[in-house]
Amino acid sequence: MTVPPPPSHRLSRLVNIGIPYLWLGLFFLLPFAIVLRITIAEPALAQPPYTALWEWVGDGMLQIQVNLQNFILIWEDDIYLAALLNSLWVAFICTVFCLLLGYPMAYAIATAPERRRMLLLMLIILPFWTSFLIRVYAWIGILKTNGLLNNFLLWTGLIDTPLHILHTQSAVYIGVVYSYLPFMILPLYANLTRLDPTLLEAAADLGCRPIRAFLRVTLPLSMAGIVAGSMLVFIPVVGEFVIPDLLGSPGSLMIGKLLWTEFFSNKDWPLAASLAILLLALLVVPFVLMQRLQTRIEEGPA
Amino acid sequence: MKRRSWPLLGVLIFGYAFLYVPILLLILYSFNESRLVTVWSGFSFKWYGELLHNRQLLDAAWLSVRIAAVNATVAVVLGTLAANALTRHGRFRGRTGFELLLTAPLVMPDVIIGLSLLLLFVAMQQTIGWPNGRGFTTIAIAHITFSMAYVTVVVRSRLARMDASLEEAAMDLGARPLTVYLRITLPLIAPALLSGWLLAFTLSLDDLVIASFVSGPGSTTLPMVVYSSVRMGVSPQINALATLIVAIVALAVIIAGWSMRQKPDRAQKRGA
Repeated sequence: MTVPPPPSHRLSRLVNIGIPYLWLGLFFLLPFAIVLRITIAEPALAQPPYTALWEWVGDGMLQIQVNLQNFILIWEDDIYLAALLNSLWVAFICTVFCLLLGYPMAYAIATAPERRRMLLLMLIILPFWTSFLIRVYAWIGILKTNGLLNNFLLWTGLIDTPLHILHTQSAVYIGVVYSYLPFMILPLYANLTRLDPTLLEAAADLGCRPIRAFLRVTLPLSMAGIVAGSMLVFIPVVGEFVIPDLLGSPGSLMIGKLLWTEFFSNKDWPLAASLAILLLALLVVPFVLMQRLQTRIEEGPA
Repeated sequence: MKRRSWPLLGVLIFGYAFLYVPILLLILYSFNESRLVTVWSGFSFKWYGELLHNRQLLDAAWLSVRIAAVNATVAVVLGTLAANALTRHGRFRGRTGFELLLTAPLVMPDVIIGLSLLLLFVAMQQTIGWPNGRGFTTIAIAHITFSMAYVTVVVRSRLARMDASLEEAAMDLGARPLTVYLRITLPLIAPALLSGWLLAFTLSLDDLVIASFVSGPGSTTLPMVVYSSVRMGVSPQINALATLIVAIVALAVIIAGWSMRQKPDRAQKRGA
């Protein structure tokens, strides 16, 4: 490629790179700057409900108001830190469960006969296409005290009194694992199918037993898929709102739910913005980790 | 590798049951006579009848479908441009930031996207007077912003796997780059464009959190109606709605699968 690019190439660069960049810059990046600016405002009975950052007070004097009260409040009021820690914990537990269920499933699909693979994969993707909200709703009917699961367990005689599952943390775990399982399986599957089978054959030829070959060859080579899948589950779950709201206990402390309440019920926009910034700061590390792996997977040997 | 191991098969069956039993139960109880979603009292279509007379829900559904269609169309254009940029333009300056901006919406919690976009719209209205009020336009913009990232993933993988020799042949024969793109590349990636469009459409139709932040009075989307109804408790009408959605999706998948199976035959015939 020593030929200089034709002028149309430059135009195509401008269109292909410029337009999406502009859109994302305006509607994805710029909003964060505004969120940051609102965090240091004070809530006010106005439209919009926060104070202005600067004000001309006459005589060419510019008054700038910075309010750090929100961050002090978040630090001093235990509820926010507890919610933050609980969100991280829930996301962690759910990621582990997704991995424990998703890895063997992805492995089974990746090693299935070729003609059946597409159907099995399709069945993983299909639930994506039905409404997320309605799928979470389905669990209310199942987990209720007089719901289908309890009716079934009472009928089989396994339990005498109905289990109390709905509106507990366990219900949140079930709902999250159910909703996010495909996000774990898909990158794992993509990773496992690209695995070179001759490596396992070589291991077997050298007298390595299947379990050991799995632990020494397959598992390390699928580490990129494990991390990618885990981040795809972990990051959004930390800020999840719908599942803890519908399945969790009314007092359940999840940061996404708290942010929603501060915004919609308490109309405290600056506090909601501060929580958003805090959540964002928390997710930067796992996000960078995911991003770096992503590029490595895409640029690495296919 | 051909020998199936039983524990693995067991996990697979459990996994699929876990994914599908709730949906099947949802469908089953949409035909239940009783208002109680957990007690079976006879077969009935009455919840479908009530659903079709629920004005509020139908209006919301119509609004959601229109937003989803606009969103999907714009998202496919933007997502395809971004996919072109990532696969065709090598290591351009700012590529890392570009990729970052395209990956972040995939995992960013909805509450953050929703809140930040609302604050942007409010600030824009204050400074430039647009958008005047919130509703269709603001919801569509918000949905396009995260949908285009998904479209990019779909189209990019198709572009990356595409056989470049056809494009090169057209270039060698003197076709201009734009002609090559429109006549060769686009038809080749058409299936990815279609699945990207459908994915963006569903994502938009499904979004509750972001739409709740950036919607205004008078623009209530379908998930917002479903959410407020679900908060009141279980309602068989929602089951009926779920069944209709599943039926439409299943139909679309069957048609897509059927048409894909038809294509190789046609190609063979043409080649013969």
